[in-house]
Amino acid sequence: MSGPSTYVPQTGFTRWLDARLPIVRLAHDSFVAYPTPRNLNYWYTFGAILSMMLVVQIITGVVLAMHYVASTGVHTGGYSSIAFASVQRIDRDVPYGWLIQNIHSVGASMFFIAVYVHMFRGLYYGSYKAPREVLWILGCLIYLLMVATAFLGYTLPWGQMSFWGATVITNLLGAVPVVGESIKNWLMGGFSIDNPTLNRFFSLHYLLPFVIAGVTVLHVWALHVTGQNNPAGVPVKSAEDTVPFTPYATMKDAFAVVLFMLMFAAFVFFLPDALGHTDNYIPANPLVTPAHIVPEWYLLPFYAILRAIDFNVGPIDSKLGGVILMFAAIAVLFVLPWLDTSSVRSMRYRPIARICFVIFVVVSIALGWAGAQNPSLVLNPVEYRADLNWAQGGALRVAEVQVSDPGQMDAAIEASTKELTDAGASYTYVARESGTRATVSGLVGGEMQTQTVSAHSTDELEEAVATAKQGVGAPIVEVARHTPFEFTVTRLAQLLTAYYFAFFLIILPLLGLRETPGRVPDTIAKAVLSRQPKTAGAEA
Amino acid sequence: MLRRLILAAAAVLAFAAAPAFAETEAEHPENYPFSFEGVFGTYDRASVQRGFAVYSQVCAACHALEHMSYRNLGELPDGPFLAYRVTNEETGAQEITLTPHGHHGKPVDPNDNPYVRSIAEAATISAIDRETGQPTDRPGRPSDRFRSPFPNESAARLANGGALPPDLSVIVNARHGGADYIRSLLLGYGEPPAGVEVVEGKYYNRYFPGGWIAMAPPLVVEGQASYSDETVATIDQMATDVAHFLEWAADPKMAHRKSMGFSVMIFLLLLAGLTYTSYRLVWRNEKH
Ligand code: HEC
Ligand code: HEM
Repeated sequence: MSGPSTYVPQTGFTRWLDARLPIVRLAHDSFVAYPTPRNLNYWYTFGAILSMMLVVQIITGVVLAMHYVASTGVHTGGYSSIAFASVQRIDRDVPYGWLIQNIHSVGASMFFIAVYVHMFRGLYYGSYKAPREVLWILGCLIYLLMVATAFLGYTLPWGQMSFWGATVITNLLGAVPVVGESIKNWLMGGFSIDNPTLNRFFSLHYLLPFVIAGVTVLHVWALHVTGQNNPAGVPVKSAEDTVPFTPYATMKDAFAVVLFMLMFAAFVFFLPDALGHTDNYIPANPLVTPAHIVPEWYLLPFYAILRAIDFNVGPIDSKLGGVILMFAAIAVLFVLPWLDTSSVRSMRYRPIARICFVIFVVVSIALGWAGAQNPSLVLNPVEYRADLNWAQGGALRVAEVQVSDPGQMDAAIEASTKELTDAGASYTYVARESGTRATVSGLVGGEMQTQTVSAHSTDELEEAVATAKQGVGAPIVEVARHTPFEFTVTRLAQLLTAYYFAFFLIILPLLGLRETPGRVPDTIAKAVLSRQPKTAGAEA
Repeated sequence: MLRRLILAAAAVLAFAAAPAFAETEAEHPENYPFSFEGVFGTYDRASVQRGFAVYSQVCAACHALEHMSYRNLGELPDGPFLAYRVTNEETGAQEITLTPHGHHGKPVDPNDNPYVRSIAEAATISAIDRETGQPTDRPGRPSDRFRSPFPNESAARLANGGALPPDLSVIVNARHGGADYIRSLLLGYGEPPAGVEVVEGKYYNRYFPGGWIAMAPPLVVEGQASYSDETVATIDQMATDVAHFLEWAADPKMAHRKSMGFSVMIFLLLLAGLTYTSYRLVWRNEKH
């Protein structure tokens, strides 16, 4: 795709340099002459947005690291850690520290917004398919590194969520059989989350962005080898299909980057804390567990998958099952190029796949929502009912049972019970005092009564039952509670998780074999021309 | 039926032990129209000053401001005791006042600010005597951190029946509802609703999660804090002012943030217009 280089050095110096290190030629071929499909839409500007975000995060991060102190020790004259206090110092005393800190923390969220759009874009236009598998896998690797970096960074201010997030995640690794405990202790640098943990997390948080930058170079390299895919999904066939990267793509990217920066700035300057959690302004306290431990919004879908598994499967307990599924949710992305069997790239021409894709996007967002909720929250309107049964009137008869051999106990109780029922007892009740002693009571005569109470929550039901029982005043009242169908957040998360995996493991593999795609245009130029009548007015 | 009735006996016992419904849902904080709200909002300087009076005369007995120094009170942009140097029109003498007198006043360095100095000097700071190396006490300076009421967490808990009065420097950020919550909390004490079980050593507050807080009602009588302006220090007024002060304490750079935000947004909007025009120009002859 890249073709022969068209770079012609213009000056003596560039000619000299070109013969020694053709770096200007590389830049020219990659970012000026590089042919891009002419039909790229705004979804294709997110790669440029991501590149900008990576630079922003690294620059602000390096400045923050000049002032941040990774220590869990208590800072002089207070109760919080030195790490927590150093972040406060950045916000209050470092010149423009508040700005740098806001950009970096809001920037993490913006980075994820951009990466999710970028990934959904790739899914929709089939950008993971041959020949772009390696490009896609490198992207997945970047995403994995981003998740790790963001998690590590979130621990640094050493607030409550920092501490408890780190606790939850390291504990997860502990669930891995055999080696889990060792990995966990190795990561924590000891047997609990403490100063060594913070120090290594800081070190890794500083390291990983540069690894991301390195993998991004490979990512863009792979992109420039295969060439960009495009919304039509058809390969570039002739020069007519493309335009040079500069100025065409550069200008479109620049406009999109500025729009993205507008949204970014709105958060940085006017809503700096909107995307964070209030609990992280509370200094870390190992003795107080927050009411709800939740990760940052961008990890919520995976958190929901983790918690969706509330049952054991054979030797795999629910905790390990959740961990496996959570990692599988990312792992499945790596093998996606070989799961989708359709030869049509763009979902524009795959009507059924397109619907499944839209559902997939909704499911992913719903998983994020579920991850933020209390898992036992009941979502459907339910009426809790209980039946109270008792006998009106009648006489209470009590029989003592005493045996010398505990082995005879059951038989003795049975005999005594039978005696009572034969005497006309409408119900009997056995209270075992020891292995050899029991009392059997029975109500003889009386009329069976039933009353039903109902309420909208279990607490209310218990209150209603208690009041009803007082009203009844019978010695023994049976309460039969009817458990209605409760559709909890966990149930919802299970359904959503099922769809998440089904999309990759069932829908994409099978659909590709069975569906009848729409008519795919032969070339990009034709695809553009076919839409011409509609856009002609706008073009003029 | 028989078997189920028999099971009922267990239920009878379980019921006796059923917990009273002690946990009550906390009320949503009352929305108060603070002047700093919204993108154009600014601090009400007089309210922040009065709020400081409430903090230092009431809350400081238990709560620290560990991330703040006395100098912050006289710092730009919104320190409540930021002072200005102005020239007296009649005498020509230099004077330091709290009012900027239009654009004539020049902000005074917090170290030279008499208001900040006197606030700092009123505090006793434990330090190490440089000559003897022994611990001593000295009057505070603007550069000192706010004096904490307790030397450490254990001492703070011991004095408060096991509960820790949290640091207040970022409390507004650390609670849902922010300043509204702080204000409501201070005004939310009262009798528990009927049927709610009393918790020993705690006070009922309808805005506190769980209903029972270890902090005794801190604002109880009118005039508890003495205000230097004419405002009447009603309980409501003190709660509002101290919440306003704590918002400033958590976000002292708000004015810079918002004003820079406007410049940046306007710049980006212009840049967006410019890049969009260039983009259209570049693509005008290309079909896409
Ligand atoms: C006598 C000591 C004392 C005084 C004076 C005091 N507090 Fe407290 N405060 C406490 C204690 C103890 C707690 C911890 C309560 C708990 O955790 O149950 C607390 C908690 C708080 C909280 C946190 C509530 C929460 O949501 O966790 C705020 C806010 C607060 N105080 C504000 C103030 C303000 C404002 C003042 C001054 C008007 C003040 N306090 C005066 C002892 C005090
Ligand atoms: C730091 C993060 C990343 C950066 C800086 C980045 C950068 C880029 C750039 C500049 C492009 C070309 C422009 C465009 O198509 O938008 C691109 C394309 C692409 N990226 Fe990324 N990327 C990142 C993360 C990812 C991730 C996480 C994935 C997927 C898991 C991914 C998958 C792809 C694919 C498949 C393409 C080709 C798109 C196509 O040709 O249709 N990238 N990336």
